[in-house]
Amino acid sequence: MTSLPEKTGKKLGLVIDLDTCVGCHACVVNCKEWNTSNYGAPLSDMDAYGSNPVGTFLNRVHSYEVTPDTGLAQTVHFPKSCLHCEDAPCVTVCPTGASYKRVEDGIVLVNEDDCMGCGLCAWACPYGARELDQLAGVMKKCTLCVDRIYNDNIPEEDRVPACVRTCPAGARHFGDFADPDSPVSRLTAERGGMELMPEQGTKPVNRYLPPRQKDASLSEIKALGGDIEEPKGLLAWLDKALEAI
Amino acid sequence: MHPAPSVIVFTALSGLGFGLLAWLGIGRPDVAGAAAFGLYFLGYALAVGGLTASAFHLANPRNAPKAFSQWRTSWLSREAVLAVAALLAVAPYAFGRIFLGGAPGWLGFVGAVLSLATVFTTSMIYTQLKTIPRWHHPLTPVLFLGYAIGGGALIAGQATPAAFLLAATGVAQIAAWVIGDGLFARAGHTRETATGLGRIGKVRQLESPHSGSNYLLKEMAYSVGRKHAEKLRVIGTALAFLLPLLILLGTPFGPLWAGLSVACHLVGVFVVRWLFFAEAKHVVSLYYAG
Ligand code: SF4
Ligand code: SF4
Repeated sequence: MTSLPEKTGKKLGLVIDLDTCVGCHACVVNCKEWNTSNYGAPLSDMDAYGSNPVGTFLNRVHSYEVTPDTGLAQTVHFPKSCLHCEDAPCVTVCPTGASYKRVEDGIVLVNEDDCMGCGLCAWACPYGARELDQLAGVMKKCTLCVDRIYNDNIPEEDRVPACVRTCPAGARHFGDFADPDSPVSRLTAERGGMELMPEQGTKPVNRYLPPRQKDASLSEIKALGGDIEEPKGLLAWLDKALEAI
Repeated sequence: MHPAPSVIVFTALSGLGFGLLAWLGIGRPDVAGAAAFGLYFLGYALAVGGLTASAFHLANPRNAPKAFSQWRTSWLSREAVLAVAALLAVAPYAFGRIFLGGAPGWLGFVGAVLSLATVFTTSMIYTQLKTIPRWHHPLTPVLFLGYAIGGGALIAGQATPAAFLLAATGVAQIAAWVIGDGLFARAGHTRETATGLGRIGKVRQLESPHSGSNYLLKEMAYSVGRKHAEKLRVIGTALAFLLPLLILLGTPFGPLWAGLSVACHLVGVFVVRWLFFAEAKHVVSLYYAG
């Protein structure tokens, strides 16, 4: 089970648009809501109403500040979940066979009935995409909402991962990267979709679209209160009149 | 990485136990009867005690028997298989030595090879992890084997080989620290490659993704202060290597001194193994502030 498939039929994954993400954490909340009540053990919270709450999440939104050599710094909100790597090190290290990558669509899953909670797969993942549930004692990770995307019992527009369905900014896209004409493949090609930490050699399927180049004029904005233009004409008269009062 | 007592005890004790069993397997010391019983008892107690400690690291030990299934890809599974194979292979030889006054040499040799192979697989559980550059280095298996064979020789009362092996392992340990300090930087992982934002500029964390802690931070963001690390390296080296060596070279090596040197070494190995975990930095820390 823990040997990786040579090739998967589909390569399902996400495109995350760092230009569009506003950092609202709606995907985090909807992910937790869907996944705590469906596939596998619930995503537990410990000390949920106490002073030090800790819980299991499959998706987290980081926030960074990027400062170029010249020009203004910018804020980038950065959602992170399992990237469903083609060369997933989390799968091959698993001693019990609980972790596996599906041949048909490339989704990386944990069979919780086999997991012994050793945590080695979480150590092997460079991206922090796996969290060991403290209550259930089994490893939790993004399933790409495998229980939604093929689910005939829900309306068709809901057959995408919960995070994609809920994102109010349209910053998340779901699709098949094996098909070069799929919207996710085209988005990746057009916008220079990137891999995270490519030097780890995990060949992640998910891609991140870099923030677009900011307008040049933006970097020319002067600090407030710097040089305010002297009023002319009617405004100059008003200015003087007001001053005289 | 979080230095969990269960894994420290597991790697330290099982390494020493299998090291001792390996020496006994090649007939050094050449013991039989009650003396053999005492040494084999110690070897098994250390090895099995260590393996039992590792079970405390599991959040769902009910499924532990399944860990024997994935030996084709998983070093942890290989370790489980080999540990049991070694303990089973050593048993008939030990039985012969204890109760029959002897056993065929090849049988002991098989047990010795399997014992050391087990230690090697233990080391590979850590060495294989590209996500922890300090561990992902050939010196990791060298050290695990060095501690097992050197410490095993000390317990087995093999004074001369123990002296050489401890000295060599001590040198390897210091080399591993010096080289290890630069491995994270050399691996080339930065906050910029982790986020892909390096093409725009320098990246720093603006806000944490969660207000509390989480599993990742508890498990992988442990870092020991540099000053403490340096002190502990000195203490570990003194206890694991220097004091046992002084005792080996400077005293009439009797049971009392032997016991003292083993005790010193054991405490030293615990200190060094604590550092092995506490000093290891996981690449996921790049997504967080530290
Ligand atoms: S992101 Fe991590 S958990 Fe997901 S497939 Fe890659 S290595 Fe495994
Ligand atoms: S925690 Fe579970 S899924 Fe992960 S490596 Fe251990 S047994 Fe496999």
